[in-house]
Amino acid sequence: MTEFTLPIAFGIFTGTFSRLLMLRTDYRQYPTYLHGKIIHVALGFIASGLGAVFGPAIIQEEYTAITFLTVAASQFREVRNMERNTLTELDNYELVTRGKTYIEGIAIAFESRNYLVIFTSLVSTLAYLLFNIWIGIIVAIASMILSHYLMSGGKLKEIVDIEYVEPRFDGAGLYVDNIYIMNIGLPERQKEVLRYGMGFILKPKSFNARATIANLGQRQAILHDVSTALGVYRDSGTPALVPLAKRDLDDGRVGVFVLPQDRDIEKAIKVIGDVPTLENAIRMSTEKVGMKHES
Amino acid sequence: MNLEKYILAVITTNKDKVAAGTGVFYCDSKQEMESVTANLEAILDGIAHGLSDELYVIVKH
Repeated sequence: MTEFTLPIAFGIFTGTFSRLLMLRTDYRQYPTYLHGKIIHVALGFIASGLGAVFGPAIIQEEYTAITFLTVAASQFREVRNMERNTLTELDNYELVTRGKTYIEGIAIAFESRNYLVIFTSLVSTLAYLLFNIWIGIIVAIASMILSHYLMSGGKLKEIVDIEYVEPRFDGAGLYVDNIYIMNIGLPERQKEVLRYGMGFILKPKSFNARATIANLGQRQAILHDVSTALGVYRDSGTPALVPLAKRDLDDGRVGVFVLPQDRDIEKAIKVIGDVPTLENAIRMSTEKVGMKHES
Repeated sequence: MNLEKYILAVITTNKDKVAAGTGVFYCDSKQEMESVTANLEAILDGIAHGLSDELYVIVKH
């Protein structure tokens, strides 16, 4: 045992623990239970190991040892690739696809979580070494709270108002409010669609929100989440029964048409509201100089 | 090969409306047209769109 053994063990523990805190399997059923989780906990363990030896390396004046952080960076970029590839492969077999934007968002989250783990174990080991274990614990808790804060993205209900509208047919055209969704020819199908379909209007609260929900990836994410949470009335070979989200070009509202198995309006509105705003879809049009809009 | 946005079949009760170029199915009544369309929709894995009362197309999306 050297003077560094305990601080490093402490750092590895806090890092792995913070990874566990950030690892949540929810309605999205991702990462999969149990094997997918083990992969991420193991990678979190490696990340915290890398973070934990940073402090001792500095104190020993082994400055070249810092270069191993670059190894960490390429290692976790690989994690992102792995997640992206897996999810893209699986997406082909989803009844309602996640879409590339959603997948990329998940992949980025997995990569960045590992960096947050490195950060947590790094600062807690350093605090332990420079002060004592109690300061180390306080710093560890503080950085976990910070990680948690950094990891929780925005929700759709913060940027749009959601309203239920009964879908209707005008000739062969299916409409949600005044937004044209698609053309369904067969009267039989039309009946089915009206029986199972639900329509929602997402009204953007700001000009930025308007651009964000216009993003096709963001819209696909909404459809996927609703279909995951409430089920979907669809099978392979029934391409007419497809949830769709279309945009009103005049005012940027988005009409969402879904075919849930559980036709509970309250629940559906809650699910749509809880859809994450994908960071790749977020637009900040008003940040552009001279582009301040009132909306 | 993956087809995108392609008309797979046309089903109609009015022969004057459609020339050749794709699979065309002439039907005698609206009822027959609807049943043929429903079958073709399932077989071809496309969506049946109604262009008018006497003309349906099946499109691969």
